[in-house]
Amino acid sequence: MMQSAVTSLSTTNTSNKTLRWLANTLYRKDNLFLLLLLTPPLLWFGVVYLGSLFALLWQSFYTFDSFSMLVTPDLTLENYRILFDATNFDIILRTLAMAVSVTIATALIGFPIAHYMTRYGSPAEKGFFYVAVILPMWASYIVKAYAWTVILSQQGVLYWCIHHLGLMSALNYILQIPNIGGNTLATSNLGRFIVFTYIWLPFMILPIQAALERVPSNLLQASADLGAKPAQTFRKILFPLVFPGVVAGSIFTFSLTLGDYIIPQLVGPSGLFIGTMVYTMQGSVGNIPLAAAFTVVPIILVSIYLAMAKRAGAFDAL
Amino acid sequence: MRFKSQASNTSTASAPLWLKILAYGGLVFLHFPIAVILLNAFLTGDGTLSTNALWLSHLTLHWFSVAFAREDVISAILLSLKVASMATLLAILMGVMAAAALYKRNFFGKEAITTMLILPIALPGIITGIALLSAMSMLEISPSIWSIVVSHATFCVVIIYNNIIARFRRMPHNLVEASMDLGADGFTTFRYIVLPQLATALLAGALLAFALSFDELIVTIFTAGHEITLPIWLLNQLTRPRDAPITNVVAMMVMLITALPIIAAYYLTRGTETLEGSGK
Repeated sequence: MMQSAVTSLSTTNTSNKTLRWLANTLYRKDNLFLLLLLTPPLLWFGVVYLGSLFALLWQSFYTFDSFSMLVTPDLTLENYRILFDATNFDIILRTLAMAVSVTIATALIGFPIAHYMTRYGSPAEKGFFYVAVILPMWASYIVKAYAWTVILSQQGVLYWCIHHLGLMSALNYILQIPNIGGNTLATSNLGRFIVFTYIWLPFMILPIQAALERVPSNLLQASADLGAKPAQTFRKILFPLVFPGVVAGSIFTFSLTLGDYIIPQLVGPSGLFIGTMVYTMQGSVGNIPLAAAFTVVPIILVSIYLAMAKRAGAFDAL
Repeated sequence: MRFKSQASNTSTASAPLWLKILAYGGLVFLHFPIAVILLNAFLTGDGTLSTNALWLSHLTLHWFSVAFAREDVISAILLSLKVASMATLLAILMGVMAAAALYKRNFFGKEAITTMLILPIALPGIITGIALLSAMSMLEISPSIWSIVVSHATFCVVIIYNNIIARFRRMPHNLVEASMDLGADGFTTFRYIVLPQLATALLAGALLAFALSFDELIVTIFTAGHEITLPIWLLNQLTRPRDAPITNVVAMMVMLITALPIIAAYYLTRGTETLEGSGK
């Protein structure tokens, strides 16, 4: 009994010793330590993730035979030419227009919320607002989308409110506007726009709020002391300083709308989005090369957007 | 940042009324659909909040028992819990390693590595999903629970990494040096000086990664094959309107399961400069 306790003690001692020796050597040999730390993440991201990405991009040059429905590894630029066909280019423009309008709407709705919580909220109110913004942001995406299909349906609460407020004729008038309207809210671009705006709104509020936090209030007081009206102070002092934050938020709203393929299936008219196009091409059609070529579109659009955002100083605001 | 600087930039004047209305109106907009989900779960009848003006008298817990008796619900929940736990563990490993390697030293290619870590959440999820799927089919790996775990861990790493590296940067390096000067070796210093300071950031990051993985749908659809995680189950339910009461109950539970870790993570990192939850 005693004997085994002693041996186990000494083995823990030696294992501790090797651990200590290892820790000390690693502390002294910085480069070796760095290499050891970086190898697993680099292997994972470099091989698994980037490897898959490049394999996908490579496949966008493969040939898809629409008669046999087979993919052959003959390299071609045909898939990229098809992107510019009228119907496909329409899909790209439609998605882009939605991404831009959702970005503008989230900025307009998000700015007052962020402004109020940073500038006027008491500490408790600030904490309350912060939690109230991150909770819906992290709440399940599919549950939020589901909630909106319930709300927007013709038996739903929104129609009920509109009906009881006597605004049905106003709604019908809006739904008749081409490009925005549709038969019902749930099948209109307006409905899809509302859902997108709702789902990505918190991603806009938080960067704006972070940028607002960095504006010292004595700048605004100085502006007021020098005789500027609140609107002037906002336009000339506050907004230019916070603009990088707005751009930082718009990176999320823009990129997330561009790549979404669930909401366009659930809400709105039947026209395809980039995401739904990729999904059908990959899934039911099996045309991986065209699907891959289509994924290049958001990659390029997001890269252009990121370059513009970098120039606006958005990365310092992230 | 949020709490440190509030003395310097909170105005003493009270807000104009229109701003207050816009701000609180925005909060109502953010929470309205969540309220609808919570209410619907307790409703009798077909489970949709509809023109029935008497719905307050129709609250019930009946649908909870029905939902929990369903085998497909339980197995979807279990699968999602399993995937989220394993993806979080893998992400902790990778994220802490990357953060420890990158926080102090500058070297060639560091920027590229950071960009690479952010890429899975910066690019639209559909790209990550289809890329992993096509790579798997090229290598003839059939989708399974492991392919879901791998895909989830890929975008969870950056959550852990962000939390840990922010904490590392705030941690004064002279504490480590003092510990070494006083005779502690590298291991003891790590165990008693570094780890305790990382603990809350680690826990917060893990909670966020877990929540993110638990309700991920966009990438999962591609990498799941025939496996049905909870979000996929919910998506499938949308085509079955007659099942709506059960869908409502499960939707509410998903909401709660993700909300609790988020609130916990918020309280764990409150008052620090980590921007927890600010990048999904």
